[in-house]
Amino acid sequence: MTRISLELGSGGRLMRDFIAGRIVPSFRDPLLGDLGDAAHLPGGIAFTTDSYVVDPLFFPGGDIGRLAVNGTVNDLVVSGAEPRFLSLAFILEEGLEAAVLDRVIASIRSAAKTAGVRIVTGDTKVVRRGQGDKVYINTAGVGRSIGRPRPGKIRRGDKVILTGTLGDHSLAVMLARGDFGLKSNVRSDCAPLLFLLPLWKQGALWMRDVTRGGLATVLVELAERLPYPVLIEEDRIPLSRPVRAASELLGIDPLYMACEGKAVVIAPAAKAGEFLRRLRAHPLGRKAALIGEVQDKVGRPGELLLRTTAGGLRLLEPLTSELLPRIC
Amino acid sequence: MKELRDPKALRRLLADIGELARKTGGGRAPRLMEVCGTHTMALFKSGLTPLLAEAGVEMVSGPGCPVCITPNAIHEAAIAIVTGTEGATLAAFGDMTRVPTRQGSLQTAIPARGSRLKIVYSPEEALDEARRDPARPVVFYGAGFETTIPAIAFTVRQAAAEGLRNFSVLPALWLVPPALRAILEAGDVAVDGFVYPGHVSAVIGVEPYEFVAREHRVPGAIAGFEPGDILLAVRSILEQAVEGMPRVALEYSRAIGRDGNPVARALMDEVFEPYDACWRGLGKIPASGLRFRKEFAGFDAAVRFGLGEITDRDLPGCRCGDVLRGVIRPEGCRLFGKTCLPGSPLGPCMVSYEGACLIHHKYGRASGGRA
Repeated sequence: MTRISLELGSGGRLMRDFIAGRIVPSFRDPLLGDLGDAAHLPGGIAFTTDSYVVDPLFFPGGDIGRLAVNGTVNDLVVSGAEPRFLSLAFILEEGLEAAVLDRVIASIRSAAKTAGVRIVTGDTKVVRRGQGDKVYINTAGVGRSIGRPRPGKIRRGDKVILTGTLGDHSLAVMLARGDFGLKSNVRSDCAPLLFLLPLWKQGALWMRDVTRGGLATVLVELAERLPYPVLIEEDRIPLSRPVRAASELLGIDPLYMACEGKAVVIAPAAKAGEFLRRLRAHPLGRKAALIGEVQDKVGRPGELLLRTTAGGLRLLEPLTSELLPRIC
Repeated sequence: MKELRDPKALRRLLADIGELARKTGGGRAPRLMEVCGTHTMALFKSGLTPLLAEAGVEMVSGPGCPVCITPNAIHEAAIAIVTGTEGATLAAFGDMTRVPTRQGSLQTAIPARGSRLKIVYSPEEALDEARRDPARPVVFYGAGFETTIPAIAFTVRQAAAEGLRNFSVLPALWLVPPALRAILEAGDVAVDGFVYPGHVSAVIGVEPYEFVAREHRVPGAIAGFEPGDILLAVRSILEQAVEGMPRVALEYSRAIGRDGNPVARALMDEVFEPYDACWRGLGKIPASGLRFRKEFAGFDAAVRFGLGEITDRDLPGCRCGDVLRGVIRPEGCRLFGKTCLPGSPLGPCMVSYEGACLIHHKYGRASGGRA
């Protein structure tokens, strides 16, 4: 590869290979090694960073500011850390209306309050018109480690729990961009996942927030590290009505659509029922569902399989390139 | 809609199909071609392909993916427009931009000064772009079958009515029935039945397929895109085979009528005319493509940008052509899954979301277990 293509940023295998092959080898740090959502530093501190470039800046259910807080907060939560402090860095395009920035800042302030994090340092840069697009945000997050993903402890029979419906964020942003000339009442699910934190103390084995690449990509990355195949059931996966309709109309696969307020949790077999009850008791987890398990009845080790509604089996691959609708 | 996905109903259909498949005789599993990429996708996504194989029916993919059958020379012409013209916009469907050619792909091509590539989801979006900036040439890379062509014809007529001189279309427009005739006449793949595409049929109706049953004695059925739709069509095809009474069954009557959509056909006919087009893998097929009629020639990007005659030039080693004719399955190509991968495709069938190679790679790789 001689040039960076857009596909690298889609969150799929291409991006993972690029990071692992082109970036990580230059730094060779044991803390960087497992490429989790956050690094666990000495002294019980977890540290993460993320950049936000969503277009449009405002969409039903959220905006770039809210995303910049919740995205980083969620990376800490699923890494086993209680979010505490955020940094906030803006890259602004010359000519941006100040009122737009004010709206973004107000949103950041309210999201930080909801998530219980303090914004304690920051930076602002302005680039020439056309060299950026309105507002880009980077946030770094610091949290207190209270748990740690332990994929090595996952055993046959452990359960896969999804904390809610898939794809609402992707669809809300695509429609807000006017991509399909469709209207819908779908809203982004952008929200902090703090209600997952107690699960760490109760024995959660692994968690990931379902962002770019969608559920399939996230679970394939897990399955590849396990000595057993993972099987999920299509008819148990919760979908909102607009996402179901869009997937039928546009041919977009919800398994690859991004969320900003959903996670997948691996629960020890004996605790799955209790996990589900706890999740469903929270307003953000009402639609939580047990969608599959780590098993050895079908498939080969390292595979992620979907039992389709029609009763067939489908091998799921990580996302390979940017989601595009079918053309004929 | 629900019963078309109900697992019990689907199992019943599969049982019927298994029984019929045994009765067809011939010493091998009946081989049915799903003509359209949308069907290939639906078969794999729903996990039906292995279930049908268990029932004794072999499904092969046909030439119904516009990205795949568009010859490289047209993709190269699109690249030439965006790299050779200053201040122009080339609007294209997303997967058209990733097809690798000798000149790279539209994604990797570096546009001339002030030019850009814009991914669109419909031809109307390209027309809007032309309306917004009348000083900027906007070329729509119009690729598709009878499903998409009426919408493209509509934008051209609209541009003509509005006097939008900066809008043009690079046509890659294909007709399904002539391709079926070419596959049948070439005779290098034994097809025992065709699953015809519901959306194409919604425009052209039933009649254009009749020759398949009449002249070639091959059964077929028009199908929708739900798992149940496809199984109903497969069952109908096998029934026809067992009875020895080939015809064109309409198993999608909830959506379309036998006559298709005459208004859409009239629109196509007003703007475009058939010509002997070159398909990737199938070569030149009589009256299988559409080009601009004289009255609309001013909207032809190939004329406007002085592009030469377009002929077929495939990349060496890539067997997309054989895949498109159903001669080999994607797994039969030496490059498949080795050097030709979804992240670094060597041929269009690995690029397109409806390409047989990408779909086989994504959904179809054998797994150790069974349902």
